[in-house]
Amino acid sequence: MSIFFDLYAYWVSILLMLAGLYIVIDHTNLFKKLIGVNIFQTSVFIFFISMGKVDGGTAPILEEGYRVFSNPLPHVLILTAIVVSIATTAVGLALVVNINQRFKSIDEQEIEKLELEEE
Amino acid sequence: MIGAHYPVLQVVIPLIAAPLCSLLPKTKLPWLFATAIAWICFAIAIVLLLQVYQYGPLSYEFGSWPAPWGIQYYIDIVGAFVLVIVSAVASIALLASRCLVETDIAPHKHALFYTAFLLCFTGLLGIVATGDAFNVFVFLEISSLSSYALIAMGDNRKALTASYEYLIMGTIGATFILIGIGLLYSQTGTLNMLDLRERMHAIGGFRSVHAAFAFFTVGISLKLALFPLHHWLPNAYAYAPSVVSTFLAATATKVALYLMYRVFYTIFGFEFSFDLLNLGLILLPLSIIAVVISSFTAIFQPGVKRLLAYSSLGQIGYMTLGLSLASKAGLIASIIHLFNHAFIKGGLFMCMACMLTRMKSTRYADLAGAGRTMPWTSAAFVIGGLALIGIPLTSGFISKWYLVLATLEKDWWWLAIIIVFTSLLAVVYVWRVVEQLYFREPHADCAYVKEAPPLLLACTWIMILSTVYFGIDTRFPVTMATAAAEALLQ
Repeated sequence: MSIFFDLYAYWVSILLMLAGLYIVIDHTNLFKKLIGVNIFQTSVFIFFISMGKVDGGTAPILEEGYRVFSNPLPHVLILTAIVVSIATTAVGLALVVNINQRFKSIDEQEIEKLELEEE
Repeated sequence: MIGAHYPVLQVVIPLIAAPLCSLLPKTKLPWLFATAIAWICFAIAIVLLLQVYQYGPLSYEFGSWPAPWGIQYYIDIVGAFVLVIVSAVASIALLASRCLVETDIAPHKHALFYTAFLLCFTGLLGIVATGDAFNVFVFLEISSLSSYALIAMGDNRKALTASYEYLIMGTIGATFILIGIGLLYSQTGTLNMLDLRERMHAIGGFRSVHAAFAFFTVGISLKLALFPLHHWLPNAYAYAPSVVSTFLAATATKVALYLMYRVFYTIFGFEFSFDLLNLGLILLPLSIIAVVISSFTAIFQPGVKRLLAYSSLGQIGYMTLGLSLASKAGLIASIIHLFNHAFIKGGLFMCMACMLTRMKSTRYADLAGAGRTMPWTSAAFVIGGLALIGIPLTSGFISKWYLVLATLEKDWWWLAIIIVFTSLLAVVYVWRVVEQLYFREPHADCAYVKEAPPLLLACTWIMILSTVYFGIDTRFPVTMATAAAEALLQ
């Protein structure tokens, strides 16, 4: 059991990752797909952050009496990755809004049907 | 000395130019500005290539922080060569874009279009110039996000769904690469590529390093559109505005391929990738399937832009095929084809851009008789098509020649036969277009169309003539590719 409880952060991120990917593959609603991608990306953020955590570690500031520090670099990287993820979601949502205007639908299968009729 | 800052100026100039461009008025200024920036980048890339070729790799440390701590830009011969390809295609495509953008895109969006274009350009240059693994992810997303916006600007509403599909697949690919970077960082504690390489040798093969390798392979293959992860590409290229298809087809997948070289050769090293994990065994069948299936599919496409997109998938297959041979000759063939295909496919997509400005369609039936109404464009398409097939005296022949030599070096006759056979498939799909252009009567409403605008036509011919030039004088691509392969295999 220790492999589960000691490494629970990794299990959480694996579960979230699979849930996100499943939503992307399974749902036909374009909006929900985008949320699936978001969950998938978030799982990777959690993975990075938990990687930098050291048991009993403090913030990396030199001070008498503190010898163990957590690694701040993954946090900084993920700050950037969060910005990227927000930008991706924003572009994706803008696309969904435009698709809704031009196709009058955000369901993948209905849109496919409309596209086939066009050809 | 400004010369010492060229590696960073290469990326920073278009990055700063992009937001400035969005402020420019609705005249032809945005076009002039973006084109000038692209040409400046092209000049810098050439200077960098000359410096790297003469004096060896260049390294630039941000804020003078030494390498493993600070972010480092590292340009070796492979990078400098790809920088030249990307910036050359960008500067020609932007120069030609004037009349294309006017017909394809609403006037109030012109400045924003060029902003997105410059951002995409920045991202592609950044991936190549940087020596930091996390930086690669950031630049990858800069180029991808702006290319989603660029593709969605196509006037057909299918451009929106194509762009959406690319966004989903592209984001998953980039996130896979991010997971790979995270796993490597957790094992080595560094993000600098050269430092990663050294520490990888020290720690050897942990399971998480193997997992990182798998995530990198799948992530980059998604970006590269390697079979069976290619589904996003044909629609994205077919419905994007013509100048965007030209630019992306000629550069985006090439930069992904560069990333593949970097990751497999520079970070993981040849022994780890090809001897220990047998990457060749995975890439080889996938590349062969990609080449055969997409060449067949290209024959049955309803329009020429989709045909070219499927043919791109096949050509990417040739490049990964060279890589999967796991030999120096194969790597050289792969790099030579990377260079040649950028100009061949760029030129062919520009021919389609010429026809789109006059005919408003690239379906076969609508192109009937264009050989008479648009003789120069049609002639350019024929030469580009011959290069795509790999006829002698065109650059396509040189790529195929080196690829076949690399397979014969391994005594794989069957593979050489497959390469020749798929080239024959290319004859079929190029012929379908040529037949429409020269042996059909033009439609009544297309009978009096004029030749494409002179600037666009001139740029198309620059691309097409370069494929002929590099088919006859092969010194530049072959010397560079050989030096690049040696640098990667070190």
